[in-house]
Amino acid sequence: MVSGSRQQVAETVTCDALAVERGGAAGVRVRGLVKRYPKASVNAVDNVSFDVEAGTILGLLGPNGAGKSTTIGVLTTRVRPDGGQVSIADIDVIREPETVRRVLGVVPQRDNLELALSVRQNLLFHAAYHGIGRKARERRTDELLEQFELGNRAKDKPGRLSGGQFRRVMIARALMHDPAVLFLDEPSTGLDPAARQFVWQKVREMRARGVTILLTTHDMEEAAALSDRVGVMDHGRLLVLDRPEELVRTLTDGSTLEVSAEIAEERVPPLVRRLGELDGVERCERTGGSPPAPTIRLQLSGAAARLVAPVALAVEEFGGRLTGVDIGGATLEDVFIHLTGRRLR
Amino acid sequence: MTSAIKDRTTAPTALGRRPSWQLRARAFGAMFRRDFTVTGKELPFVLAQVLLQPIFFMFIFGRLLTSIGFTAGTYASLLFPGLLALTVVVTAIQGTAFPLVVEFGYTREIDDRLLAPSPVWALAVEKILFAAARGLLAGLALFPVGIWVLGSIPYQASGLVLLVTMLLLACLVGATFGLVLGTFITPDQINIFFSLLFTPLAFLGSVQYPWPQLAQLRWFQILTAFNPITYASEGMRAALIPGVPHMPALVCVSVLLAGIVLFGILGLVGFRRRAAD
Repeated sequence: MVSGSRQQVAETVTCDALAVERGGAAGVRVRGLVKRYPKASVNAVDNVSFDVEAGTILGLLGPNGAGKSTTIGVLTTRVRPDGGQVSIADIDVIREPETVRRVLGVVPQRDNLELALSVRQNLLFHAAYHGIGRKARERRTDELLEQFELGNRAKDKPGRLSGGQFRRVMIARALMHDPAVLFLDEPSTGLDPAARQFVWQKVREMRARGVTILLTTHDMEEAAALSDRVGVMDHGRLLVLDRPEELVRTLTDGSTLEVSAEIAEERVPPLVRRLGELDGVERCERTGGSPPAPTIRLQLSGAAARLVAPVALAVEEFGGRLTGVDIGGATLEDVFIHLTGRRLR
Repeated sequence: MTSAIKDRTTAPTALGRRPSWQLRARAFGAMFRRDFTVTGKELPFVLAQVLLQPIFFMFIFGRLLTSIGFTAGTYASLLFPGLLALTVVVTAIQGTAFPLVVEFGYTREIDDRLLAPSPVWALAVEKILFAAARGLLAGLALFPVGIWVLGSIPYQASGLVLLVTMLLLACLVGATFGLVLGTFITPDQINIFFSLLFTPLAFLGSVQYPWPQLAQLRWFQILTAFNPITYASEGMRAALIPGVPHMPALVCVSVLLAGIVLFGILGLVGFRRRAAD
């Protein structure tokens, strides 16, 4: 077991060997984690190893079904793993689930507030389950209600809240017992932009206060905006793990060209093939737009400006007209495409 | 590098320690309070619901039919202990089964309690005790209701200890059986399951007839022996109207205890299964 896990560490965390050594009191450590659900033919989580340093944010990025939520499930004592070692703040999660629940807070993907209790009671009871005395839990509830701008909804039942308010209550509840490590499963899925910004701001504030955070998302923008380090997951495996800008720098060659054109629909596929063959184009694919105005994205190995003229010529060659060109840097989306050959969504 | 992982030690923080028994007890108390807060408002309705059927039973069979001469006047005192057993057991079954089916199935409201720093089995035990308390309350409420409908109910001071014992055992056997149902049944099955289960439970439980006198209908006697309510009814009769033929109290107590252990174990297994994937 020991030699196995050592090898695992060497294999998958090479890009981050230093972080493993630094570690921290309230860090998270996962080694060779395997989970297969009954009747499933493949592992939901397949030999995953990583660390979250104390006081940092790790974002697990991947499509639905990549194994992100299962990984969080194991870390939060809700899913029994089939193999591997998992610890939080040096407490063995599998052997000491009760102890570890004292240091972790969970905001699950699924809305699960108590619908028969008021917002305030939801927070108060959570604290009581964690053994916090009456005075302390009332004070903490008032603080968090104010922090999350929920003071005027304290007496309402959760069923009357908007989606953004509901999620805010879920986060506030998870913070009632002042956890050292917080797990956020898809924290802003389904929220409008303003609510999303609010959640992001709160996540950053928690990090500033030293809370270790592990979040999952299928939104590359969220992963890039919040995470100190990003792990890309697909089919139960952790493909890479590094700082987002490092991932973008090392796994893509920097720039992209987003092209809009007016062109007959049936000519789009041959055009995409033709563009993909141009010198300096790593990858080319249609990203959207509706006929007869598709948008095509080119991932480049060299400078983007040099390719504008050849692209315009190619479009004309297929009887179309170039209507827009957008030069941009590569993103985590390109990293994901590079690693899996697929788009994230 | 790897040695650093293995050897690293950190100073234990207060939170990193195992929860004390005091903390676990506080969490347990909070969970009990939660159930009380959530269901407290509906308690009058729950009581009305579970008492409605015995009220009609007592009125029709214990009062109406006896007054027009179709049944003997003593039938009311035979019926009351049976209805007491039925009410207590069914209320306790519902007390665990319904909330758990909903909480595990639809709302996942139970998740927050499963993340508390106390053992998973403690939550299951809390559910059993809360449902048992509800069953007991319904049973106690049946006494004034019985006096109101029937005029009087059978009572023996010498049977008080046995009565209390039977009430407690009936509550617990219902609550543990409800735990089994609540953790093995899915939300879409609950309605059909309960309607199919309730009628046989109510009529094969020696509620309306004394079990020993079924001897000439042997197959029926054997069938009713599989229903835990039979032992609760017979035990109640032993406590309240010892003059009527009944099963030995020791048999009733033993079978109910065995049922509590069996359903308790099955229920805890089911609970653990539903609590973690």
